[in-house]
Amino acid sequence: MIIKILGSGCKNCINLKENTEKALKETGIDAEIIKVENMKDIASYGVMRTPALVIDEKVVSYGKVLKPGDIAGLLEKYK
Amino acid sequence: MVIISWLNRQLLKMEWLFELIRLLVENVFGLNIDDRLGGSIHFFIYDVIKIFILLSVLIFTISYIQSYFPPERTKKILGRIKGVPANILGALLGTITPFCSCSSIPIFIGFTSAGLPLGVTFSFLISSPLVDLASIILLASIFNWRTAIAYVVVGLLLAVVSGTIISKLKFEEYVESYVFGKSSLDLEQEELTVNDRIEFSKNQVSDIIKRVWKYILIGVGIGAAIHNWIPESLITAILGQDKWYSVIIAAVVGIPMYADIFGTLPIAEALIAKGVGLGTVLTFMMGVTALSLPSMIMLKQVIKPRLLWTFIGLVSAGIIIIGYAFNAIGYMFI
Repeated sequence: MIIKILGSGCKNCINLKENTEKALKETGIDAEIIKVENMKDIASYGVMRTPALVIDEKVVSYGKVLKPGDIAGLLEKYK
Repeated sequence: MVIISWLNRQLLKMEWLFELIRLLVENVFGLNIDDRLGGSIHFFIYDVIKIFILLSVLIFTISYIQSYFPPERTKKILGRIKGVPANILGALLGTITPFCSCSSIPIFIGFTSAGLPLGVTFSFLISSPLVDLASIILLASIFNWRTAIAYVVVGLLLAVVSGTIISKLKFEEYVESYVFGKSSLDLEQEELTVNDRIEFSKNQVSDIIKRVWKYILIGVGIGAAIHNWIPESLITAILGQDKWYSVIIAAVVGIPMYADIFGTLPIAEALIAKGVGLGTVLTFMMGVTALSLPSMIMLKQVIKPRLLWTFIGLVSAGIIIIGYAFNAIGYMFI
């Protein structure tokens, strides 16, 4: 599984990345986290609000910092 | 009317806080607020507390309304109409769509790739930082309702006129070509519950306060300095109502500067108190909020120099015209 965090490096993006790491640990799912910071690349996902969470190239959340529990739910859903 | 004016004075102008801080400065610090030092300290504490209280309450309320208008929805609404009405709606939606300068590029690409006319996107991008719902209430608190409404009307007018001119110029070719190549995704809209909206509003309050607190402190600090330390004669010599160049100076200083509108308000308040014209002050505030070096550098990633300069030129000319106009009729407002 490849998880991408879209965001221009703001504080919220860092928080989302940390929460994602926690969620991965909780669920025991093995995934690679990639940070996407280039505006052009972010926009190519159709996202207008960051941070956004992309699981296997599908945008699953945008415009908010999800809590680890919510991310775990999404990870299970798109596994 | 008596009750409304009392509410206006206590809730918006916070006269109770003014008195409270006066007591603090006079009795605890032992300073007279009519003196220089006492006056500066009083202005600083009173203004900082007032702005933070108003800001927290306002951002919460406004974020709740904004949660109904995410940019994804704005994009869809704007896609349905054409011509000048689209520019007007774009400018209006700009005032209520949650926005920070860091998201201007994704929004620009999102709107443009969805086929929205360039001018409509610009109307939105101009009004978004310039006219904010919270800023209207703060303007009413610091000045009065008439000034607040005048600010909003000319701000929206600037966004609509500049956007319409950009539409007429057919500048689509000056947008970097990769912007059009993007497929415009329609992401699934999630339904928000009341609790989600409250949660969103609370997050907005803490995010925005964290982002703007330093601008407010700097702004109030400069305001306090203008209020009590810089001689009035010096300020009126440079920015006085009778000086034809005052508006130009305000624009030249304000345009490259970047600060939040909330940081510029205390400076505006102090300048008005020193006899600077309303128009000059509006030009300064609009220059600071509507145009700034960071936002220009970001826009440069998606539009070619000719369009960028047209945008800067139009907005600069607009705020200078607004400045001269309000200096001429300012006596009607303050």
